[in-house]
Amino acid sequence: MRAKFIEEKTVKALMYLSTAIVALAVVSILWTILSKGWGAMSWDMISKLPGGGFYIGKEGGFLNAIVGSLYIVGTSAVLGLLVSIPVVFYLNVYLRKSSRLGYAARLACDVLFGIPSIVYGAFGFALMIYFGMRASLGGGIVVVTLLIIPIFIRSMDEAARDFPREILDTAYSLGATRLQTIRVVLRQIAPGIATATLLSIGRAIGDAAGVMFTAGYTDSIPTSLSQPAATLPLAVFFQMTSPIKEVQNRAYAAAMVLTLIILVLSIGGRLIMNRFSKNKLS
Amino acid sequence: MIFRPDHKFTHGAETSKMQIEGLNVHIAGQHILKEVNLIIPDKRITCVIGPSGCGKSTLLRSMNRLIDSVEGAHIEGKILIGEVNLIDSGEHLTELRRRIGLVSQKPCPLPMSIFENVAYGCQIHGIRNRRKLKMVVRHYLEAVGLWDEVCERLNAPATSLSLGQQQRLCLARSLAVEPQFILADEATSALDPIASRNVEELFVKLKNDYSIIMVTHTLRQARRIADYVVFMYLGELVEAGLASEVFDNPQHELTKKYLSGAFS
Amino acid sequence: MKSLCIFKDRAAGGVMFFLTIASILVVGAMAVGLVVKSMPLLESRPLSELLFSSEWKPLRGEFGFFPFLAGTLWVTGIAIVLALPVSLLTAIYLVEYARRRVKSYVFPMLDILAGLPSVIYGVWGVLLIVPLAGYTLLTGGIVLGVMILPLLVSLLVEIFSAVPSSLRDASASLGATQWQSIKKVVLRKTSPGILAAVVLAISRALGETIAVLMVCGNLPEVPHSMMEAGYPLPALIANNYGEMLSLPLYEAALMFAALILFVVILLFNVTSRVILYRVEKKFAL
Repeated sequence: MRAKFIEEKTVKALMYLSTAIVALAVVSILWTILSKGWGAMSWDMISKLPGGGFYIGKEGGFLNAIVGSLYIVGTSAVLGLLVSIPVVFYLNVYLRKSSRLGYAARLACDVLFGIPSIVYGAFGFALMIYFGMRASLGGGIVVVTLLIIPIFIRSMDEAARDFPREILDTAYSLGATRLQTIRVVLRQIAPGIATATLLSIGRAIGDAAGVMFTAGYTDSIPTSLSQPAATLPLAVFFQMTSPIKEVQNRAYAAAMVLTLIILVLSIGGRLIMNRFSKNKLS
Repeated sequence: MIFRPDHKFTHGAETSKMQIEGLNVHIAGQHILKEVNLIIPDKRITCVIGPSGCGKSTLLRSMNRLIDSVEGAHIEGKILIGEVNLIDSGEHLTELRRRIGLVSQKPCPLPMSIFENVAYGCQIHGIRNRRKLKMVVRHYLEAVGLWDEVCERLNAPATSLSLGQQQRLCLARSLAVEPQFILADEATSALDPIASRNVEELFVKLKNDYSIIMVTHTLRQARRIADYVVFMYLGELVEAGLASEVFDNPQHELTKKYLSGAFS
Repeated sequence: MKSLCIFKDRAAGGVMFFLTIASILVVGAMAVGLVVKSMPLLESRPLSELLFSSEWKPLRGEFGFFPFLAGTLWVTGIAIVLALPVSLLTAIYLVEYARRRVKSYVFPMLDILAGLPSVIYGVWGVLLIVPLAGYTLLTGGIVLGVMILPLLVSLLVEIFSAVPSSLRDASASLGATQWQSIKKVVLRKTSPGILAAVVLAISRALGETIAVLMVCGNLPEVPHSMMEAGYPLPALIANNYGEMLSLPLYEAALMFAALILFVVILLFNVTSRVILYRVEKKFAL
């Protein structure tokens, strides 16, 4: 009979251990990146373009990557919202709960969410070759938009599903058409849209495999959609593999910038969620 | 008199008297139960009545410490079973819980077959012998009058039964670990009238061997089966005593009003 | 006035219907595109040779994918073996035992872990794990294992929370210890969901590219132990695509690699999602 108490205690100890491992992983990653990055960080890094001889350790920064990432992420976030808000609205207002189309669309989104970005990248690049395009800002934007649309739809849909039907009925009873309820619905799921946007931006800014072929890499800031664009994750990746110490240091600095952006996004998302769902934790 | 098959969990004499002294329960800062003192008589049906929100369910959930799983719940006072205080029982808690069966409002079969549902408790307490388990299962299914209905499909999932059958199955499951107390939280409120009457009759039969504490919303049910009645209001125990006395000659003004249907 | 409103309502409905259909069609378009692109290779070699030959010599026109398949299986296997017990125990702890305060620390941590980009995990792996275990499959597995932790934990937490508390109460009132209730009731009730979560995590691990590419060593040979270097499929694509495309069949070969990933992950995803939907439905009484 004692056995079950011993088992209970053992399992509980293992649970503490596992949770500690999770915490340790977070702390160790953040510590590694931030401490390495802090040592390599300087104002030049984030304010200057790569100068001559940059890749053999001469001066310059990775402003090109920062700006390139912002271009790609900003544009795809806007495009993503434009596509996904109508889809979510359609799924939740126009379609019935038991609709087959709704089921198929949700399944498709979940599946698209699971497809790795390298496949998006390869597929996108193959299309671009087919149309005779070269790696460019425009190509990167298209692929990243495709990549984040499922995230947008999934997380907004989740927020919209909890949407109280009575509000819709009230709007209908006032003579509103389905389309006219969009303002009510949007206001109601605004926190959901905000968290979805932060999530998508986080995914978009961190993605390397998708933009690797499609956006390419360059030392300058692109001035049109057809020019290639550098991105932060690729700046980390390419410079990390360099044998020269100074160049590696830049990789660490870029990694720190990327990590800080992600931290801000995820803390921001948490705050929004806590604010709007006080009693929910998960 | 219900025959008990020869599997004994406990050694020595067990008392089936429960004594509650100065019980206070706070949940998230709210004072839910206030200084409750109560003695649960041996082998009788005690009905707890009162308007909703009066703390009946909390009282019941304190008696087997399921209140612990409520976030922010704090409990003080004494709930004595024999010499042991349930409130600070430490490792004995699971053993004490075995001695206090629970039948919940909605029947709640575990995600297993009918057989396993009844055998589950015994397995938890270390009985592995297949033959013995079969005997126990049959015995308690018979005790709740379910055996004839399910003996052909013991391996079917418990959820395939009707609600009334499920509730009796849950009762059999509780009985199979040989409790002395049975806590019933509005155990018939989710059932149709016939199933409800079946369960009620079962309780009357069971009181020969068990002390039954029952929370009920329907006064008529309490009148039908209660030996003792406890009336609660806003977390306080207002009146307790023999059913005949409380129903026919209530001492307290609130009890009178409640029984006459002035509020519910 | 009113008829205009109704017309707008219909028109918007049409546009939204089109967008919804389009998002479903993307899946199909991808499948078709990848198949068409890898057709030249599929036509010239039998499928069995492509999948099971270990000779990868593009210059001589030999395309055996087995080293990459083996590499992918190794890192994914190691990752799951490491991550599953940790995430199961963590999820159980968070749902069944942890106080609100603990949760309010652990959940944001999981958020951060889930949000960190692949390349950051790669840098962490190179700086911290490679010095211990070298550029090997084991390192890849460890990094990948940490990467899928947040996904697994959050899926499992969702699944466990969906189990009605009345079941736990029923089990506890029979005198079961908390762990006994979890083992015999909660885990049992959720086993299809757990399986689906694992499959989903596997498919996530299969497609991870940059982090694995940075720590695995990238040697196109069949590995024999986890202390050797390996070359998972996504790394193959990332490392070589865009170069040497003039080589006959090389592009088709890389597209075939993407196709393999796509098909496997598609199958895994559809199965596990369908199971998860069912589980959700069953609990939402």
